[in-house]
Amino acid sequence: MAYLELDRVAKQFGAQTVVDDFSLSVGKGEFISFLGPSGCGKTTTLQMIAGFLDPSRGAIRLEGKDLTAIHPAKRGLGIVFQSYALFPHMTAAENVAFGLEMRNVPRAEKAERVRAALAMVGLAGFEERHPRRMSGGQQQRVALARALVIKPSVLLLDEPLSNLDAKLREEMQIELRQIQRTIGTTTILVTHDQNEAMSLSDRIVVMSQGKIEQIGTPQETYERPASAFVSQFLGKTNDFAGTIDRTVAPTQLVAGSWRAPAPAGLGGPVTVSIRPERIGFGDTGLSAKIITRIFQGNHWLFQCDSECGPAIVIRQNDGKAQPAEGDAVRLTWRPEDMSVRARAGA
Amino acid sequence: MSMAAEERNIRAPWALTAPALMLFVGVLLIPLAMTVMLSFHDWGQYKGIEPVFILKNWHEIATDPYYAEMFWRTFRIAILTTLLTALLGAPEAYILNRMDGRWKSFFLLVILGPLLISVVARTLGWALLFGGNNGLVNKLLMSLGVMRSPIPFMFTETGMVVALAHVMMPFMVLSVWAALQRLDPQIENAAMSLGAGPVTIIRRIIMPQIMPGVLSGAIIVFSLSASAFATPAIIGGRRLKVAATLAYDEFLNTLNWPLGAAVATLLLVALVLIVVGSNALIERRYAEVFR
Repeated sequence: MAYLELDRVAKQFGAQTVVDDFSLSVGKGEFISFLGPSGCGKTTTLQMIAGFLDPSRGAIRLEGKDLTAIHPAKRGLGIVFQSYALFPHMTAAENVAFGLEMRNVPRAEKAERVRAALAMVGLAGFEERHPRRMSGGQQQRVALARALVIKPSVLLLDEPLSNLDAKLREEMQIELRQIQRTIGTTTILVTHDQNEAMSLSDRIVVMSQGKIEQIGTPQETYERPASAFVSQFLGKTNDFAGTIDRTVAPTQLVAGSWRAPAPAGLGGPVTVSIRPERIGFGDTGLSAKIITRIFQGNHWLFQCDSECGPAIVIRQNDGKAQPAEGDAVRLTWRPEDMSVRARAGA
Repeated sequence: MSMAAEERNIRAPWALTAPALMLFVGVLLIPLAMTVMLSFHDWGQYKGIEPVFILKNWHEIATDPYYAEMFWRTFRIAILTTLLTALLGAPEAYILNRMDGRWKSFFLLVILGPLLISVVARTLGWALLFGGNNGLVNKLLMSLGVMRSPIPFMFTETGMVVALAHVMMPFMVLSVWAALQRLDPQIENAAMSLGAGPVTIIRRIIMPQIMPGVLSGAIIVFSLSASAFATPAIIGGRRLKVAATLAYDEFLNTLNWPLGAAVATLLLVALVLIVVGSNALIERRYAEVFR
């Protein structure tokens, strides 16, 4: 049974629908990411779970109980805010202890849990420090400890890493994942960073303009994007216009001079999407000319002008000779590496 | 860098601030020094001011209980005014801050608008409402039979405190408002998610963070109230004098300039000590919030 369930949740501000028909089942202990560009409704959805906003339609259930009927202060969810929202007039220990105080946890137990929570996030010895005397990364850890010390049923993370620099962000991602695995708290992360969503989550909910585009594991969403939006948003992708030719047997999928047996169930004009790292240079296939070649250490990045429009190719730096700028090449890929969608409007 | 350039760099700030500095010295420091010097001069009904150095005026202020009463009243009124503005102004700013955009700017204008009107006009407004038998409110209440005699407002300390609090309110609201702007917009949600109710949020989270704003507003209101002249002069008149009106009377009615100067100097010194002292205390107490 689903632990946390969102059932056709929608939110409207006036005439504007910010979130529409949002349904999701979260299993206990799962790490879910809401991924999408800003304004896609991911934070609004999180705030509805937290209770800072009421859904216009739909239901949110936690262990089968209606969550929207419970006051936000009584929901027992742990939340880490983008700005951390630490209490600047309290020390790190006082910040972490606040939630326990509200629950009337006895003094000795409270002290022990605060100590353990701060130790868990690697801040042992920082108990008496005030937030404004801490670095961004440390503040973020205090915020995490404060949210986790109350043993929340669900941990909600609202872009918690977006204020950190790239290196620290990577460290915190690993740490966040480890902590979440250790204590097994069901977690929902809101982010616009696809790398963050992919490296942290069990499943990703890709959102655009208030709607769910796809729900799936990081690998599924990357390799089998359900829509053009998902394939564009999750990493780089090449979209080629192709057609399915039913005049020959067996039916063929044709994109320029590249052809392969057509997948079942589609006909007419289609869009073929291939990740740049899945394209190779071969003897047959899409003819193209290399416009620029960029060396990026562990890989080469080629920008090509193909007969189906611009194409990006990434080749691993395996020590082999690579084509040079201006070379005419043939682009080829395995049929199982591409996703084919009916082309809209054609 | 060459020596000449270095020298120029040292001189440049002085040269650039010189006009403002001269104005400052000319219109503030010199008159102030002259006032202090004046307070040590002698004065007599017929001989006028004698430029000698004596402690007569200071001795009179220190020994005559009339002056002690005057200063005590001045500070009592200033403290009560400060408390009243803090008690009303802080919640006012908090409510204002939580309003919707359009209402917020409208009510901010309502609060700040009175600053555009002269203090004299605003205080006279109170006199029109409550001034004796002819005050509008008094007339109304008496004709309705609610009151037999007019509400004691004019020439009372209560009246002075109320009128001063009205005049000073914008300073307190603005100061608390500025502190509220520094609050993390998610901080109340954070406290709520941890299980805090509305009263706890205000008491434990909001209050400690806006306290520096309340206190700096209090310093402004206190020093302006203690040195206020127009409002005490209109509400208290000659009957209920405070330090500022006392100094004015000594200067312009008794013509005992040296005594007036001593009163003014004492008021200034006392205010500077109180303001600097409480400011240092506040900054130390709220070091973490100020950073």
